Amino acid sequence: MKLTKLLTTVAVASGLFAGAASADDMRIAVVVKALGIGFFEAAAKGAEEAAAELGDVEIIYTGPTDTTAEGQIEVINSLIAQNVDAIAVSANDTDALVPTLKKAMQRGIKVISWDSGVAEEGRMMHLNPSSNPLIGNMIIKLAADHLPEGGEVAVLSATTTSTNQNIWIEEMNKVMGNYPGIEVVATVYGDDLADKSYREATGLMQSYPDLDAIIAPTSVGIVAAAQAVVDAGKVGQVNVTGLGLPSEMAGAVESGASQSFAIWNPIDLGYSATMIAYHLAKGDATAEPGATISMGRMGEVTLDDTTSGAMADPFVYDSSNIDDFKDIF
Amino acid sequence: MSMADHRPRSIPDQLTTPLARALKSWESLLLVVAIGIFILNSFASPYFLNAWSLSDATFNFTEKAMIAFAMALLIVAGEIDLSVASIIALASTAMGVALQLGAGTPVLVLVGLGTGLLCGAFNGVLVTRFGLPSIVVTIGTMSLFRGISYIILGDGAFRGYPADFAWFGQGYVFWVISVEFVIFALLAVVYGVVLHKTNFGRAVYAVGNNATAALFSGIRVGRVKMILFLLTGLMSGLAAICLTSRLGSTRPSIGTGMELEVVTMVVLGGVNILGGSGSIPGVVIAAFVMGLVTFGLGLLNVPGIVMSIFIGLLLIGVIALPRLWAKLRRA
Repeated sequence: MKLTKLLTTVAVASGLFAGAASADDMRIAVVVKALGIGFFEAAAKGAEEAAAELGDVEIIYTGPTDTTAEGQIEVINSLIAQNVDAIAVSANDTDALVPTLKKAMQRGIKVISWDSGVAEEGRMMHLNPSSNPLIGNMIIKLAADHLPEGGEVAVLSATTTSTNQNIWIEEMNKVMGNYPGIEVVATVYGDDLADKSYREATGLMQSYPDLDAIIAPTSVGIVAAAQAVVDAGKVGQVNVTGLGLPSEMAGAVESGASQSFAIWNPIDLGYSATMIAYHLAKGDATAEPGATISMGRMGEVTLDDTTSGAMADPFVYDSSNIDDFKDIF
Repeated sequence: MSMADHRPRSIPDQLTTPLARALKSWESLLLVVAIGIFILNSFASPYFLNAWSLSDATFNFTEKAMIAFAMALLIVAGEIDLSVASIIALASTAMGVALQLGAGTPVLVLVGLGTGLLCGAFNGVLVTRFGLPSIVVTIGTMSLFRGISYIILGDGAFRGYPADFAWFGQGYVFWVISVEFVIFALLAVVYGVVLHKTNFGRAVYAVGNNATAALFSGIRVGRVKMILFLLTGLMSGLAAICLTSRLGSTRPSIGTGMELEVVTMVVLGGVNILGGSGSIPGVVIAAFVMGLVTFGLGLLNVPGIVMSIFIGLLLIGVIALPRLWAKLRRA
């Protein structure tokens, strides 16, 4: 019968998927929000890199088809049934995964979250790609690095109430003393809308003719500002920097409107999450407030009171590496 | 002359015996498929034959199947409800609101079921009173119900459900037998009896085969359909209780896309998508088939998209097979 033949084919085909497994290896499951997203494919690459370095680790890279909590729960249930050693998850829902992940921990599986976290009781630790102080410092450093003589910079933020951006700008202001000669002349808000951000950036260049850099700690604002600089013919005079996505910023880097910008590196993130999961499962590290856990080439992570930790400075993208990342995310 | 002489004993009313018919039925084919998948799974993964694994696997289908039973009746009657997943979202949101107002578990359950009923009534009235096609009405309410959830919750969430509320989605009645599985089994029996052993069940078939003829036979078609929409809403409310309890939180995206899986389950169970025929045992077996396939492939870490492709092929195969079979027999 056709149907049975089909079933056999699929079963055999799926048997091949499983064929690579070796029984003694430690199995670490990297669960992502959904398969087929460039950012997470890159993280999986990082996880494989960590596995190759560690030697006795098998990575199970998996996730649902859509970014739903229910889909992730089905995936995690099947991982629990396989009795994997550790689960490192980027959660679709902070709360909904908690009961299932608790069950996983009850059955002896080490659970950590990375990128997008799980509520404290549903995981042993959470790995943030970076931290607010690190980001605040990075955005001003990016501008200052290209202004050795000092200069005028302006901030193009999202909305006046955007929590993340406000914290980052606050952190930036705290470290301004480390960058003498750099003066923040204005902070404007583009509301994370491309057209409004573009108008605000154009307005900045008109109000401050000597402006040297625009810092946009938002992926919408940074692209709009770069376009405004190109359209105003000020490439080379005004450097646009901040936080952006390589895929969207490749053009701006190529045109010279942006010397460099930063964002997390998904490869490093997948690598570090795998390293942490490995050490927890191996038993040579514990996840408790104040503990430090090794992340291989990425150094160490120190856990705070909520057992979360920051991986590293945001990763800097410029003309030397943008081509490698623009197709990833 | 005795009475027996009048009965056409020598002319059978059916060409096959009941046993032969049962063997050739859709349900038996599906059962063979289910057993086949079970056996393949046990060979394919060493983790499959484990009581707790199998128990976990039932959660892949129990909530969907609860809705699928009511949906089966609705589709047999020639209607459909595509808003079920959105009813879950709205019912779950309503429970979240009740929770904020200090409601305990019994009230939460009533709110969940009540919201489901109201949504079902809304669909039912639009279809039966205003004579609108159910597919259009429920595509509309699909956006409407979930839209209300998004307005209430935005990107927030309700959490902090009471501990005893977790019983529905995380509790076990006995050993590995979960509360959800028991609800599923009880509903299977209830719906099986209603559809196959009651006058109401016969009326459902009659309405689905020919609504006009049914009306002229004295069946209150509008009322039958209204009851079915109410039932579907109620079951969605029940599924919302179980799912919310299992997740321990409410977000407006809860249960996204579930309506298609429910309809897939019903059609895979042999219910004619055009109405008029189908059975509850078929839907029960289909629920197991879908649960076993997704869990089995999950154990092998087959990516979700391949699973979707497989379920899609299964569905097309299931719909095409009987027609091909019929064609082959005629040729």
